[in-house]
Amino acid sequence: MKTSLLTLDARTKKRNAAEARFKAYGLSAIFVAMFALLILLTSVVSNGLSSFQQTFITLEVALPEDKLDKSGVRDLAVMSRVTTIGYAPVLRDALLAKLDALDIENPLSNRDLGNLISKQSAATVRDRVLANPDLVGQTVTFDLLASGRIDGYFKGAVTMESAALDGNTSPEALTIAQALADVGVIETKFNWNFFVWPDASVQRPEAAGLGVAILGSLYMMIVVLVLALPIGVASSIYLEEFAPKNRWTDLIEVNISNLAAVPSIVYGILGLAIFINFMEFNQSSPLVGGLVLTLMTLPTIIISTRAALKSVPPSIRDAALGVGASKMQSVFHHVLPLAAPGILTGTIIGLAQALGETAPLLLIGMVAFVREYPAAYTPEAGLFGEAATALPVQVFNWTQRSDPAFFERAFGAVITLLVFLLIMNAVAIYLRRRFERRW
Amino acid sequence: MQSLTTLLFVILALAVAGYFLAKSRALQVAGGDIRGLVSLPSQHALNTVLSTVIPPLAAILLISLYLRLTDGNGSWFFTLVVIGLAVTGMALSLIGIKQQARARTFAERWIMGLLIFASTIAIMTTVGIVLSMLSETINFFGQYDWRRFFFSTEFTPRFQGDSELGILPLLWGTLYVSFIALSFAVPIGLFAAIYLSEYAGHRLRSVAKPAIEVLAGIPTIVYGLFALFIVGPGLRDYFAQPMGFGDSAISVMTAGLVMGIMLIPFVSSLSDDIINAVPQSMRDGSLGLGATKSETIRQVVIPAALPGIIGAGLLATSRAIGETMIVVLGAGAAAKLSLNPFEAMTTVTVKIVSQLTGDTDFASPETLVAFALGLTLFVITLGLNVFALYIVRKYREQYE
Repeated sequence: MKTSLLTLDARTKKRNAAEARFKAYGLSAIFVAMFALLILLTSVVSNGLSSFQQTFITLEVALPEDKLDKSGVRDLAVMSRVTTIGYAPVLRDALLAKLDALDIENPLSNRDLGNLISKQSAATVRDRVLANPDLVGQTVTFDLLASGRIDGYFKGAVTMESAALDGNTSPEALTIAQALADVGVIETKFNWNFFVWPDASVQRPEAAGLGVAILGSLYMMIVVLVLALPIGVASSIYLEEFAPKNRWTDLIEVNISNLAAVPSIVYGILGLAIFINFMEFNQSSPLVGGLVLTLMTLPTIIISTRAALKSVPPSIRDAALGVGASKMQSVFHHVLPLAAPGILTGTIIGLAQALGETAPLLLIGMVAFVREYPAAYTPEAGLFGEAATALPVQVFNWTQRSDPAFFERAFGAVITLLVFLLIMNAVAIYLRRRFERRW
Repeated sequence: MQSLTTLLFVILALAVAGYFLAKSRALQVAGGDIRGLVSLPSQHALNTVLSTVIPPLAAILLISLYLRLTDGNGSWFFTLVVIGLAVTGMALSLIGIKQQARARTFAERWIMGLLIFASTIAIMTTVGIVLSMLSETINFFGQYDWRRFFFSTEFTPRFQGDSELGILPLLWGTLYVSFIALSFAVPIGLFAAIYLSEYAGHRLRSVAKPAIEVLAGIPTIVYGLFALFIVGPGLRDYFAQPMGFGDSAISVMTAGLVMGIMLIPFVSSLSDDIINAVPQSMRDGSLGLGATKSETIRQVVIPAALPGIIGAGLLATSRAIGETMIVVLGAGAAAKLSLNPFEAMTTVTVKIVSQLTGDTDFASPETLVAFALGLTLFVITLGLNVFALYIVRKYREQYE
């Protein structure tokens, strides 16, 4: 058989084809991974962005004295006896008046019409009136929350067909809402309150916010930072600079690398058994959550701190020792400041990890429904002892509710969480780029 | 609680007082001339502060531990002990201020003690994990036969008691989900690592590597949400229902796929390290003999890196077994022994969450079973980790 270097024989062709196939496998693996990331992020953003918007009804509400203040002299004790149930008809009458003024047909019963307005609105108006009793007797313009179904209609989650099957709303109600929106009485606008309001009960998803969760997460991050950073740095310094090489330090090292790989839920069990059952700290308090997350992030911080300490060249230590510093002084005055950017980067990454962690917090009771903003310190509950939730746990909580209006909020909470993580990681990358020294 | 805060403030005040007293006393001892002192006044002050603060703090820790163990209440006696320790420490260190006293050495001994204490916290965490789970597990096996726990094929906790609490269906669900996750993540992660380290140009690498790392930084609750609302319904509508596998959105497949995505960066970054550790000379030798690049990778690089890659796979397995949020949201809560991947099943971690967040009495076996499950989980993952780390370390030494 004649062979030529210029024409490829069958075997070479086969080998080249195998080469091309192999390359294609690799490339497609990368694209699968990047595609997964893309789908994940776009679905989160497209599902969650609408939660930052909220539908409001602008109404001129007449606040009649005979209903809201039986005393007639603005006595707060008497006025506060009128509950939100007493305020709901007032708002409904305002809506009726508005419909009359605009000549919009109203086939709804009074009860169904009242359901256009969120139950939360009555509480808002009541709070405003109690804070400023002089409003009674006047007509005041309020931006009232629309109910979850009306809100869902303007965001595309509720349609005429789904409303026809829904006990909480009806196509007629949506028609009225559409008519009001056409004249600008109903508006969907950016909702800051989503980040400020506490969680709300199942009946009023439109009023649920992240206020308590953000506060709880913040408290826990403070606890983690205050505990994990000094402890992590101290133990890294000992292990990296002072520890003799023996069984005991070997044991500690193996231990730390194993703790880094222990499932996070095990830390939750630890927290429940030690901090809540044994030490009797308050359940669902940011203190316990912070302690659990501290133990969980400690290995991360120790590993990155040791890497940072290791990267400081020995000549720095030798120079310090040479001019009469003690070993301790050489570490604290020279090595530690030079390693600080690396330590800081590692700490921020550890904090970011802790911020997104959910499973251990479920076990220590942070799934509880909390509407009160937790105080950082109270004499009864101690430091960070009041019940709170956390951002990722709030996401989990909202996925467990029956009303689908909460799902949009869960995605919104995830966007908020991811933005916080993005900021933290960006700061870490910036610090590394700006301050890291190569020796 | 409040008295403890007061106590801490008293100690702090003593420390501040000690700082200034020590400084002025050191100057006084030196007769106004610092050169007469072996240690600087600030080092004397540091020594005094540490001697004032550390013993009472250690005492507070020990006393509160003792009170918890004996269920006692704090009394004035303990307060006296703590304050006495603070005052004694301060007084002794103040008396010890002499011209020849080596305050730096003394202060550094205290600091060294603190450093050693900090490094033992890692050990104490492990001990705490094991002890807390062990004691409740023993408690559980006192109420529930261990043979039933390990060999029963049913897990049906009942509120009234008399539940069947077998671990087998949970283990099955866990392993099934992990298996699907790994059979998705390992090939993709491995191929991605190979391509990035052997083929990819600078531009692709600078985009793809950070993108894959972003996947690692996303919290698991986000993956859980993704599984519940996007992947689950998608799989049901386009695969399970048309093919007649069932009509459940949450399923082993849903959780497995999403967990696979989560594990891709984990596998790929570990494999990347391992492939880069294979010496270039081995590749050069193979290429020099006329092998193509892919032949080199398949026949030289991969076999050389195999132990490390297996180690990475084991670490990923341990991650998959211990993962919680994805399975809580994506896999379901019904304990089942079934082969159909489009059916909802449950895992060990899901049951730990549901048994510990329920309303059952804490001392009942229905709650305590969570600790036995937790201990089982801990033992399995610990075994996998120790084994995997051993393999990886052994492998690294081979080429160093």
